[in-house]
Amino acid sequence: MLRNKSFVKRTRKGNIVRTVKEHYLRDDIACGYESCKHSVCVSARNEAEEQGKTLVGGIHPATPLSASPRNSVQWGPHYLVPDTNAFVNQIDILERPIINDVVVLSTVLDELRGLSMVVYNRVRAIVRDHERRWFVFSNEHHRETFVDRAADESPNDRNDRAIRVAVQWLGKHLEGASIRPVMVTNDEDNLRKAAADGVTACRMEECLGVYKECPELLDMMGSVNITDRNATDSNWEGYAEYLSPVQIQAGIKAGILMQGTLQIAPYNYLEGSIFAAFPDGKERRVLVIGRKDMNRAIQGDKIAVQILPRSQWRKAPSAALVDEDEDAVPDVDTKTEITQAAPSVPDTDKTNEGRARKRARVAGGKLGNSSSAATTEATEDGEEGHEELGEFVKPADVEDDSVDGEPTGRVVGVIRRNWRSYCAFLDPNFAHKGTKASNAPVSVSVLAMDRRIPKIKIRTRQVDVLSGQRFVVAIDSWPKESRYPHGHFVRALGDAGDKATETEVLLLEHDVPFQPFTKNVRADLPPEGDKWLLDVDRDQITSGKRRDLRHIDICSIDPPGCTDIDDALHAIRLPNGNFQVGVHIADVTNFVKPNTAMDKEAAHRSTTVYLVDRRIDMLPELLGTNLCSLMSNVDRLAFSCIWELDQDATIVNVTFHKSVIHSKASLTYEEAQNRIDDPSLKDSITNNIRDLNMLAKKLRKRRIDAGALTLSSPEVRFRLENDSQDPVDVEMKALKETNALVEEFMLLANTSVAAKIYEHFPDSAMLRRHPEPPAQNFDNLQHALKPLDIQLETGSSLALAQSLDRAVLASDPYFNNLLRILTTRCMMQAQYFCSGSCTPEEFRHYGLATAIYTHFTSPIRRYADVMVHRLLHASIDRDAVYGSELTDKIKMNEQCDVLNHRHRMAQQASRSSVELYTNLFFKGKTVEETGYVTQILQNGFGVLIPSYGIEGVVYTAARDAAAPSVLEYEQEAHALVSPDKKSEIRLFQRVRVILQVDDKPVSANVSSMRRKLSLRLIEPMIAGLSIEADELKALRAAKKTKAANADEDGKIVELVAKHPEQIQTI
Amino acid sequence: MSRQELLSPEGLRVDGRRANELRRISCRASVLNSADGSSYYEQGNTKVLVAVYGPREPRSKALAQHDQATINVEFNVAPFSTSERRKRSKGDKRLLEVASFVKQTFEGAIQTTVYPRSQIDIYIHLLQHDGGTLETCINAATLALVDAGISMVDYVCACTAGFIDQKPVLDLNFVEESSIETPDLTVAILPRSGNIALLQMESRLHSSKLDEVLELAMEGCKHIHQKLDQAVLAAAGDLATKLSR
Repeated sequence: MLRNKSFVKRTRKGNIVRTVKEHYLRDDIACGYESCKHSVCVSARNEAEEQGKTLVGGIHPATPLSASPRNSVQWGPHYLVPDTNAFVNQIDILERPIINDVVVLSTVLDELRGLSMVVYNRVRAIVRDHERRWFVFSNEHHRETFVDRAADESPNDRNDRAIRVAVQWLGKHLEGASIRPVMVTNDEDNLRKAAADGVTACRMEECLGVYKECPELLDMMGSVNITDRNATDSNWEGYAEYLSPVQIQAGIKAGILMQGTLQIAPYNYLEGSIFAAFPDGKERRVLVIGRKDMNRAIQGDKIAVQILPRSQWRKAPSAALVDEDEDAVPDVDTKTEITQAAPSVPDTDKTNEGRARKRARVAGGKLGNSSSAATTEATEDGEEGHEELGEFVKPADVEDDSVDGEPTGRVVGVIRRNWRSYCAFLDPNFAHKGTKASNAPVSVSVLAMDRRIPKIKIRTRQVDVLSGQRFVVAIDSWPKESRYPHGHFVRALGDAGDKATETEVLLLEHDVPFQPFTKNVRADLPPEGDKWLLDVDRDQITSGKRRDLRHIDICSIDPPGCTDIDDALHAIRLPNGNFQVGVHIADVTNFVKPNTAMDKEAAHRSTTVYLVDRRIDMLPELLGTNLCSLMSNVDRLAFSCIWELDQDATIVNVTFHKSVIHSKASLTYEEAQNRIDDPSLKDSITNNIRDLNMLAKKLRKRRIDAGALTLSSPEVRFRLENDSQDPVDVEMKALKETNALVEEFMLLANTSVAAKIYEHFPDSAMLRRHPEPPAQNFDNLQHALKPLDIQLETGSSLALAQSLDRAVLASDPYFNNLLRILTTRCMMQAQYFCSGSCTPEEFRHYGLATAIYTHFTSPIRRYADVMVHRLLHASIDRDAVYGSELTDKIKMNEQCDVLNHRHRMAQQASRSSVELYTNLFFKGKTVEETGYVTQILQNGFGVLIPSYGIEGVVYTAARDAAAPSVLEYEQEAHALVSPDKKSEIRLFQRVRVILQVDDKPVSANVSSMRRKLSLRLIEPMIAGLSIEADELKALRAAKKTKAANADEDGKIVELVAKHPEQIQTI
Repeated sequence: MSRQELLSPEGLRVDGRRANELRRISCRASVLNSADGSSYYEQGNTKVLVAVYGPREPRSKALAQHDQATINVEFNVAPFSTSERRKRSKGDKRLLEVASFVKQTFEGAIQTTVYPRSQIDIYIHLLQHDGGTLETCINAATLALVDAGISMVDYVCACTAGFIDQKPVLDLNFVEESSIETPDLTVAILPRSGNIALLQMESRLHSSKLDEVLELAMEGCKHIHQKLDQAVLAAAGDLATKLSR
């Protein structure tokens, strides 16, 4: 054991307290060079070997730096030692696999942690990948490289000096090997001092010059210090300066400032809001409206806000979008639309997710009118006059129901940036500026695909290449002189409109990790690979821990083409007339052990994402579709939940076992249904299924009597053409009786397991709850139902279910379904949570009407289920080994947040994928269909087309934005009425529409960058809005010729994504 | 904010130690003249002063036991021991808990039957606090008791160990032990026999991991034993030189 020098270090925290920490300096820290001869380095290497950290692909994990690193003219063989800012600004470049042999100093890592956890985690990820040969040199704990802060030195200067000292030491240490460490910094002062100390240092540009084969690296340089000369905007006087961190801290403490995470409205990126905790203990929304008040804050940033004077509060609960480019873009289709349910909070309103609308004018239920637009605009104009207009309001004085409206605020500082990389495309209006001098970098504005993000300025040498492409950019800085943030190009994705590119864009934008599994993860797979066979000793059958159920007739029922079979079922008639029913779930946790690389990756991915043509797996394929998948006629490990049910399907008792099963048949829903229906079949599997079906019906009845909701959402699947995978036909998914059978038993298993794990882990059980929707959510729907004499009772889920059942219109059989679709949109989002963080009353699952619920049945595609499996195993087996991952409430809560986020993102990604394919399907087609009005907007109405399950908007505003609307919005009736009162459009009305995809050239205007489905009204006939008879005739004729062509298209192959159980995912 | 990284992937802890390393220990016996035995003990930044009085006549007759000595432990924390000044009342349950742990530990180690109808007072004063209070108190008290010449079965050496990121970690400092998820195990052993005099743990640890954590803590105890032994020898040497003069 090593003796050590000790000294004290001072840090401040919160209310300025001096804390004293020990800091031991060591002389046993290796330099990282793989064949270093120094005794310290040799012994470190040996020690690591003794601990079992052996060579990985010829690279020593403890000392990974290569003996023959990159050679350059000016430095010879060298290692790069970037400083903190180099990492923060150029991480995209450093992440490129071409950049190897990098020394990361612990000084730099410590600084990174403070500056940006995102960058820190990315650096850590690279270090973990041994093939990159990155090495962390703990210079802060090295006796010879540690430096004390001098009396007149700032912490930054000290850290810079520490970096120089470390580089100097490494230089001396590696002299014998004639390898030179090169410090990479763009700080002038640091460069000068380095030259004075004789430390080799260079700028990022120079260092990238060495990588001649990758010239695009230079393009990726962050533009932090580049001041754009032509950026000076004549009518732009710059943003207000931020307050210093100390002032912000003090302001928050004194109750003058509020802090929160900025959420930008999806339909208006100049309107943001934060939820802040006010001194009276309530959480309230504070709006931040307009570019100036938003003061360079971006979606997701944690900001400090000052409340504006009451005179500037917003009176009307509506927002008008002041479009960024109104002046710059030749606006052909300036459409204003109103979302029916004014999404008061963008992130909680799931009805509107993914439907971010440009240029929306929201008519709120109560006060919506066009004058609200003027209010907001006035607010924007009046910004300069803050001080004269009145006193800033102290948060303590803010009350609910104030006559002054909703509080607004302005951003005075950013506590933590939440910048990520954004998918973007070139603003077509700027694309062709100065493209003549092709090699000189040009400054251009790019538009992010996420409409909540402002334009980003980048400098690039490849304008011509980039126009018409999708690419990734990152934001570097936002100086106060510049109207827009500065950023840099990261990488190109491909041509806009291309299916593969757009799919990648939607994965990136929804934050779905879709990279192939890394080597480390694959190393955790069972070594036997697909040759894995049951071993009675290893798998604890002989020891009795795992029950052998191979003799039971078990079968699985899944959608066709399903390869990841999570669940299998069986039923046996017991001598006493009861039934033994078993649900067998793939035993994923037998292969995925806690804290392995594979487990961490699965936790990170959290869920398998189903796109129309692709599946992004949570677990490597070997497990998901083979070893864990409960295929027929092989021995597979399972986690079984076995009940004894009586004739009425009441649970007599329930037990849980790890087991091994041998499924006799894997059926599709259809096959199972056919077996039930075919009276000639008398084999045991079929009888089993019949028993199960009988029990399932009873279970279902009981559940519905208890108030479970039957909701619906339009779902489509695509039959894809074989090669090109262009969708050929869209069809609605049909539900069969057997779907309900499987679902019923999965629900039963989930509820039983939830109760069991909650009993054993009252503080840290992973459960799922579905909060009751507040009555206001139904306001608009109720209003629309009034003329139809239908009243929804929203008091409880039972009342709601019953009133839904009663809501039938004899005239229209689809009406009830439509109503269920709209009711679904009034629901809250179900979420995972840790039982210790809620009171038992809050555990309820509203939609399923159960007191407690969790997810247990799909561990192959959901990480929540993996955790539940571990919890259940620990509950039934006293000897089960588990660590803090099952008991730590804080970690569990963090994991729940990740799961909920990923789950939401995965759903949105699937939906976007469907949207993408729908657009592709209708590309070049013209279709006439019957639809229903689902939304009334101020200048249009939403139409759902049941046969395709798609929804679009019919605009009532004339093409010419200046002309008046054909139909006027009427507050009273919540309907659109023509001026002569003869025709009107109201909710639930049946209409005929014609469907087309906007197929304008890419550069025509901004909104066509995303191809949009456009709908035009045929019936009812409204002059000036509906298609004129002549035009209709022409379109119909065109359609016929096209249809003839379509028939020639080749084979039709059905490719259907397995969708999660419908009800469970609400 | 992210949680602090208590054990970096490079294997270093926040203060630069590796998982199996103790903090620096320095100690001295006979630091107070008025007491029968005394010691000053530092383990990292945790500093303790202990005075032992006795065996002496019990303060009240009621305390006297006819067949053995009564041990009385008083534990005090200096208000300046942490950077935020906090005064604790005498009845503070945390203080009483530590005192009673120390008392129980030494009841087994001191040969109380040698001193019937008498009282041994151990006064412990925590001067500076940086984690591992109980271990330092026990170690310091051992040294002071030896200094007072009270007959004991053996030294009592205590050490803590925790479990961070699937690794047992020795001698937790304040930052490490205040993270909620870190189990904090204190063991006191009689080093010659290897018997355990005290075993106390906070937070949760899976029973399968207990062995390795316990083993590491006992390894630490043995090191501390050497340290204490040296201090006793040094004190004895001092005394010898004083006597020979």
